[in-house]
Amino acid sequence: MGSLLEVRDLRTYFFTGGGVVRAVDGVSYDVREGETVALVGESGCGKTVSALSVLRLVAAPAGRIVAGEIVFKGRNLLALDEEGMRRIRGQEIAMVFQEPMTSLNPVLSIGRQLTEPLEIHLGLSPAEARSRAGELLALVGISDPARRLAQYPHQFSGGMRQRIMVAMALSCNPSLILADEPTTALDVTIQAQILELMKDLSRRLGVAMLIITHNLGVVARYADRVNVMYAGKIIERGTAREIYANPRHPYTLGLLRSVPRLDEPRKSKLDPIEGQPPDLVRLPEGCAFAPRCRYAIARCASEVPPLLPAGEGHDSACWVADQLGSEVRV
Amino acid sequence: MTALAAAPLKSAEPSPTGEVILEVRNLVKHFTVGGAGLFGRNVGLIRAVDGVSFSIQKGETLGLVGESGCGKTTTGRCILQLERPTAGEIIFEGQDLTKLSSAQLRPIRRKIQVIFQDPYSSLNPRMTVGQIIAEPLAVHGIVPDRSARQARVHDLLSRVGILTSLAARYPHELSGGERQRVGVARSLAMEPSLIICDEPVSALDVSIQAQIINLLEELQAEFHLTYLFVAHDLSVVRHISDRVAVMYLGKIVEITDRRALYEEPLHPYTKALLSAVPIPDPAVEAAREHVVLKGEVPSSMNPPSGCVFHPRCPIAIEECRGGVPELREVRPGHRAACIRV
Repeated sequence: MGSLLEVRDLRTYFFTGGGVVRAVDGVSYDVREGETVALVGESGCGKTVSALSVLRLVAAPAGRIVAGEIVFKGRNLLALDEEGMRRIRGQEIAMVFQEPMTSLNPVLSIGRQLTEPLEIHLGLSPAEARSRAGELLALVGISDPARRLAQYPHQFSGGMRQRIMVAMALSCNPSLILADEPTTALDVTIQAQILELMKDLSRRLGVAMLIITHNLGVVARYADRVNVMYAGKIIERGTAREIYANPRHPYTLGLLRSVPRLDEPRKSKLDPIEGQPPDLVRLPEGCAFAPRCRYAIARCASEVPPLLPAGEGHDSACWVADQLGSEVRV
Repeated sequence: MTALAAAPLKSAEPSPTGEVILEVRNLVKHFTVGGAGLFGRNVGLIRAVDGVSFSIQKGETLGLVGESGCGKTTTGRCILQLERPTAGEIIFEGQDLTKLSSAQLRPIRRKIQVIFQDPYSSLNPRMTVGQIIAEPLAVHGIVPDRSARQARVHDLLSRVGILTSLAARYPHELSGGERQRVGVARSLAMEPSLIICDEPVSALDVSIQAQIINLLEELQAEFHLTYLFVAHDLSVVRHISDRVAVMYLGKIVEITDRRALYEEPLHPYTKALLSAVPIPDPAVEAAREHVVLKGEVPSSMNPPSGCVFHPRCPIAIEECRGGVPELREVRPGHRAACIRV
């Protein structure tokens, strides 16, 4: 299957009083038709900004895409004018945000919020839009759509609101959905419901998804391919199975080791990554992870390692990636 | 560190001693909503905690898990006497806290400390790290002398892994992990015997979570602390707890030791919760059977009749709508509130 979205060497910086924050610093990834790709990392690693940049929703004037290309269905989105971009947003690329309470308008009924994009993007009449909105609610598992359409966001629970967000995202038949921490604000049992719903719908409707998350478990269950980010860069990427079975970057390895797992015997002590993530204004000269890395060598402090092949469909940005593979299996 | 240093170091032996430090009996906390004023007509009752009983032994960690609104945080706040319970007893070191006046509670407050979820909002932004830790030492008269207090603050900071040079900094200058360490140091300053940890790592990044959990475990062994660990993350709770209680809509539905809860869960809600936790390994995930619960947690203003879990329960029968199931001992030391197990 062909590439639907291709991001090449994207650089999104924030120009602040304290200096230039290099939130996304040379990131390349792609999403093929119908597949689910994950951007994983901890707060401040640049995963959300990488996705927002695709829709050109980075907060100006501080935030600016300073370099790179974002090619969607063969067109470079960075070259489009505002009007062209408006047709992409919501119609071809939709977004599901983390916090369903703040991303829905509290003073408009659910029906109004669902029909608006249908009328604007698809040119449906108010009556057509209303009946389509009812179908969308049914699609995401909300019963009694006629009554529900007249209600306001505060009358829905968190899980229901996130279902509405999914319905809104699907409303104009997009080919790509960007989901930014879609279940982080939800309880585990509701999280499972929403993720199952999204996976099922994306398969049935053939929509590709870019999931942005910090939760390694969510990635394992739902993603086909994974990009791990640290300090504004992708430091490892590959198929989900490859990354989890054979991590080839010390950061990925550290993340996997630091979380307690329900399917494994309880460890007497957890194995954290020591130290803190770096300040994005004052990044170290070499590999940004080197100060926290237990495998670091002299070269790591001076040269930034590029993403290099580390296996079948698997790349790692680490000078000692080769040595890691064998050590992991101990 | 006077009294702290005097505490016996028992890190080598298993932590619980058999001596009960805290016993909670039939704890009930109801909140009224509405009442007087503009919206006065709709008086409702939120049954946040509805008849909860458990005990904690000295030196052990009891995990309290459940989803938002299940009453786990309110239970912790009742123990801290930040909320006065509607009914029930909270017996701490032999004294029923619910019977004590504010003045009588004061010396006891020192011994029950809390670590909050959000290190961003639980530290005063206008005080330096040093002042935050020194204040309770002065207020409770633990270290009245100013220079001794300074030394004590430095001791505490280094014990929780913070450079003493950070004592002059303000909370906003610290990272989330460092702030949570300051929160831990502040609790530790009171030389408590019981610490209520309310979601202490859920606001932190994964790589930092493990650092804080390891710190809490080291401190427990060193100072012989008892923890009530309130959290929603079942993997973290399994790691840190000796025993675990699962709450749903204001009630404990299952309570037992860690191994039994995770290896032989009895209650259908516990089973569903465990199944909902994604495991960071695609190969394991693909082979796993997922029980996805239908529906959502009902409102605690209008809980279902009979067993509160029956509308979502995969094995519910007609009888479940009738009586409230008793939390009964199904196996030795393993209690569950379900008539079907």
